[in-house]
Amino acid sequence: MEVITRGGVITEPGNSVENKTGSWRVFKPVINYEKCIRCLICWRYCPEPSILKIDDEETKMNTPAPKEAMKRLPVVKIDYDYCKGCGICYNECPVHAIDFVREER
Amino acid sequence: MNYENQEFFAPGHGMCAGCAAPIVVKWVLKLAGPNTIVVNATGCLEVATTPYPRTAWRVPWIHVAFENAAAVASGVEAAARAKGEKLNIIAFGGDGGTADIGFQALSGMVERGHNVLYVLYDNEAYMNTGIQRSSATPWGAWTTTSKVGRANPIGELRPKKPIARIIAAHNASYVATANPAIFNDFKKKVEKALQTEGAKFLHVLSSCTTGWRHDPSKTVEIMRLATDTGIFPLYEIENGDIENMRITYKPKEFKPVEEYLKMQGRFRHLLKNPEYVKKLQEDVNAWWEKYGHHYKK
Amino acid sequence: MKAMIRGNESIAYAFKLARVQVVPAYPITPSTLVPEKISEFIANGEMNAEFIPVESEHSAISAAIGASAKGVRVGTATASQGLALMHEVLFIASGMRLPIVMGIGNRALSAPINIWCDHQDMMSARDTGWMQFYAESNQEGLDLGIMAFKIAEDPRVLLPAMVGLDAFVLTHTVEPVEMPEQKDVDDFLGEFKPNYVILDPKKPATLGAFAFPEHYMEFKYGQWIAMQQAKKVIDEVFEEFENRFGRRYRKVSGEFMEDAEIAIVTMGSMTGTAREFVRKLREKGEKVGLVKITTFRPFPKEELISVLKDVKVVAVMERNISHGFGGAVYAELGSAFVNQPSRPKILDFIVGLGGRDITFKTFEEVYGVAKKAIENDVDEVNWVDVNKEAVLKAEGLL
Repeated sequence: MEVITRGGVITEPGNSVENKTGSWRVFKPVINYEKCIRCLICWRYCPEPSILKIDDEETKMNTPAPKEAMKRLPVVKIDYDYCKGCGICYNECPVHAIDFVREER
Repeated sequence: MNYENQEFFAPGHGMCAGCAAPIVVKWVLKLAGPNTIVVNATGCLEVATTPYPRTAWRVPWIHVAFENAAAVASGVEAAARAKGEKLNIIAFGGDGGTADIGFQALSGMVERGHNVLYVLYDNEAYMNTGIQRSSATPWGAWTTTSKVGRANPIGELRPKKPIARIIAAHNASYVATANPAIFNDFKKKVEKALQTEGAKFLHVLSSCTTGWRHDPSKTVEIMRLATDTGIFPLYEIENGDIENMRITYKPKEFKPVEEYLKMQGRFRHLLKNPEYVKKLQEDVNAWWEKYGHHYKK
Repeated sequence: MKAMIRGNESIAYAFKLARVQVVPAYPITPSTLVPEKISEFIANGEMNAEFIPVESEHSAISAAIGASAKGVRVGTATASQGLALMHEVLFIASGMRLPIVMGIGNRALSAPINIWCDHQDMMSARDTGWMQFYAESNQEGLDLGIMAFKIAEDPRVLLPAMVGLDAFVLTHTVEPVEMPEQKDVDDFLGEFKPNYVILDPKKPATLGAFAFPEHYMEFKYGQWIAMQQAKKVIDEVFEEFENRFGRRYRKVSGEFMEDAEIAIVTMGSMTGTAREFVRKLREKGEKVGLVKITTFRPFPKEELISVLKDVKVVAVMERNISHGFGGAVYAELGSAFVNQPSRPKILDFIVGLGGRDITFKTFEEVYGVAKKAIENDVDEVNWVDVNKEAVLKAEGLL
């Protein structure tokens, strides 16, 4: 896209990804995969969205889970490039599998 | 086709951490899919998602002004009809842009029956300009124009405008109140609205961490309490048939309104006087006494 | 083919011949007949368009923007208070570079409420970034209505345009009009294809974004450039129209200007009366000419300088007033000459506000002052046909 477009139109859909809003973060959610039951509630409520739902076999199988059977389910992963550290995922996690720790830079 | 695994609302936007509006938007878009045009009223959502030359939108999107999203959507819809295109046309507006300054345009759009889904994300005040009261601000809320002081210990003195019922009275084909914290109900209503022909209106509760004064992590929890205390009831009304309004969700046991109030700074002053809490509880009880029979499992 | 139509119908026919696809409009005297006629065309199956009977003019122009952004040809019409109600959105239509065409039944603004002709409505919108054309007759309304689409949609321009027709004098008066054939208009305009980024799910774009100080001014400069470009495009379109339809248009038209010492400048329907008046004076040997402004935005500075530079006195007659200074045409014409090595004396005559008749008596008074001004000092801003004594009494000055 040129610096100036006619009428101020933006022709690159979703180019906000160039803003790395992860720099806003003061606290940081960290998923404890040993506890994560892969219910996707954090993915559902992430407002950025910066929680990714990963559905490939390799990731699913190679990520730890509290029960082997859960490895058939998609895995959630936090994209720290964008996570602003609101903590909704931490607050909503039904099994307290997300820690919320001070960001260290 | 199911687009739930796709994101049509990109990260990198400038909405506050913990704002509920992006949760509403991302789900409406996931359920609508890519064959969609969005019209956005001026407000936080518009300002924070499109700072030129960046946009968070992966569907076509237009913003014109504050009070006219419904009119712009009417024009987009008419043009799509003229071109023989079948699209989801979705308007997003805050409570000020919808129930106050945009009310006339919305009334016109709904009355004319444009095939548009209008989504009100209601954070109960003018948050983009810095927390001024709107007609959607509830009784007892502190805002910067319903301040709390010696002469007025309550704050906002008027009850919340029942915008969903008012829009339903226009014979809108589908009207519902919804709360993303009551997720299955919310999702069902978005899907139903998208599948219905004609003018649809979703009144969606949307917490504002800054204006409601709460920790960003509490957004969903507080919104859930809004419905579980009975303060923000979830119902739907089809084809303007208000008498047959259907309450779609009822908590197994209502929680006291105080639980909702005490989590938000905007209500903190009310807790100093049990009379105020009692009044609000009585208002909620009265609503459910009057309308509770509309609940259908 | 000759047709007997009212001025409002000339706008409606222009929309029909231009194959406008969406018409959002709201009734207001004196332009109500435009949406009525469009509704009739659609009901009779003569026009394939979506008519949106909006609930206000604000929504009319807002819906017009939505439709235009979706990529169809859009027309609407309004007048007076309606145009004033649209005001903030007019800036947005031009800022978003959408080639919407709007017919205006030029009418006075309240208070007191008055439904008759003057140009205050469009003049108050002159900074909104819209092109402005003023019709002298219903034929001009029709022709300018058609040409406005071609000019507005030109990829060098992409600006909205308004075409003004004087309230009642034109909007409600039946005149014979040469009605172009559909095929000729189709050939002239070509099939509509948006020369701008539209709302298209196949190519998702963001329209109407938020601009910070680091970009805002560039967008405004873009509109400035487009207006400059429009000057040339208007000339080209006028010429192409003349070649195809045989009717001649100019941004500024001078008549009887050879050797003229006094020039009367007019806009809109008063030009017809002015022409008769000037012709009569010429018969008596008076050195007087007539200059009609058809295009007010972009302002035809060069053309006006060229046609007026050699006269002694310019008498600007205008149906608008900027209280505290004078009329808009006078103000702009004066500025156009300010850096010229020599310039005529320029006088302002405020006439015909709120539908007051502009008659030979009006022109006689104007001409008398203008003639006196060749040798003497006179007032720069003159109110004509006004009961000044009664007003001064009411204001406590007499």
